[in-house]
Amino acid sequence: MRNSKSEQATSLETVACPECDLLQQLPELPPGGKARCARCQHTLAIRGTDPLDRPLALTLAAAIVLIVANTAPLMGLSAVGRQASTTILGGAYQMWVQGQEITALIVAFCSVIAPAVYILFMLAVLLAVRRPPAPQWVGELLRWGNSMLPWSMSEVMILGILVALIKIAELATVEPGIGMYAVGGLVVLFPAIMVSFDSQEVWKRVKWADGRVPPLPGAREEGGAEAGR
Amino acid sequence: MTAIALTAARAGLVSCETCDLLSRPASAAEPGYCPRCGAELAWRRHGSIQTTWALVVAAAICYIPANVLPVLTTNALGSSDSDTIIGGVVFLYTSGSWPLALIVLIASVMVPLGKLVALAYLLIGVQRGRGGNSHERTRLYRMVEFVGRWSMLDVFVDTFTVALVQLQPLMSVEPGAGVLFFAAVVVLTMIAAESFDPRLVWDAAASREGQHA
Repeated sequence: MRNSKSEQATSLETVACPECDLLQQLPELPPGGKARCARCQHTLAIRGTDPLDRPLALTLAAAIVLIVANTAPLMGLSAVGRQASTTILGGAYQMWVQGQEITALIVAFCSVIAPAVYILFMLAVLLAVRRPPAPQWVGELLRWGNSMLPWSMSEVMILGILVALIKIAELATVEPGIGMYAVGGLVVLFPAIMVSFDSQEVWKRVKWADGRVPPLPGAREEGGAEAGR
Repeated sequence: MTAIALTAARAGLVSCETCDLLSRPASAAEPGYCPRCGAELAWRRHGSIQTTWALVVAAAICYIPANVLPVLTTNALGSSDSDTIIGGVVFLYTSGSWPLALIVLIASVMVPLGKLVALAYLLIGVQRGRGGNSHERTRLYRMVEFVGRWSMLDVFVDTFTVALVQLQPLMSVEPGAGVLFFAAVVVLTMIAAESFDPRLVWDAAASREGQHA
């Protein structure tokens, strides 16, 4: 038992690079510091100045902006005295109606579902870890939330909307709507959340699958001394 | 680097893909589960090479109809006009916005093709145990991962064009079958990039170094 405890203590500082598997010791990082893999330069650890509160604030902001982005019209069109406007889901819906159901689902997933799931799960994770030790499901949510990241494509979507606007501008008068500015907000907020957030801060606070309770971050030294005894 | 680098696998340790915790596996054949997050442990992603190959081949097949079939059909005043992806690029170029034409050309034609070639190159390198330049290969892999999402650009352009231009009976735009194949190429190559295990690149290099030593 004592053996496994000291193993745990060392495993907290020794890591294997997820991209090249090189074993290395993580140095004690100053706030705002970054550690890169000695071999492949993959970023191994980032110590944010405020790794849990700042992402929480940003995620709350992103949740509000996401709601605006999905309810307000993205852009409007007027031609020969007729008006039309569309929202993000309106775009996906129109694809569905026109017989491109699978494309509609892919568009809806990348523009609405993936960002919404990420924000929801991040909110749940960030709120839950405020009272460590957090239950096991927090880790599960974090995993699912992170897996949504490659699929949430606000920045690609806004460029797509711009190109569509310019294409249609040849045929009719188009104007950007509030929804478009909201999407622009998401383009800034998503990277801001990712940069300020540190997954390891969450893992430190989650109850282990094998029943172990992680030492509280404030009392880490005490835990270390105990392991040494 | 003269000595063979000490990887976790070489040291008999396995790092969790979910939470990055380094732990001692239950046994070499069956590493078991991560003590912290409970995820299944694996030395390397299961069937990484086969899965990635399958997805790359599927994406390459879809790439052909994606470029040949029309993505948009414009109906205006009784006449109808079909555009492929290249047609859309040409339209943007002739209508005077060549920077946008260039962006769409890169994002929808060159990036998907480049991704397929890059993934095939990485896979062949790993399978033949060619170490080559692992740094270069890792950089290539990261580029494939980073740039992949931008290919979705044309799908968004088509979606919002279709959604907005519905002024029946004067003018309307319909999506063509090409959009589906194109979206399929993007999704398949993205999953392919995720299923490829970049650690295999370094393993291949190490096994070659080991043979020389």
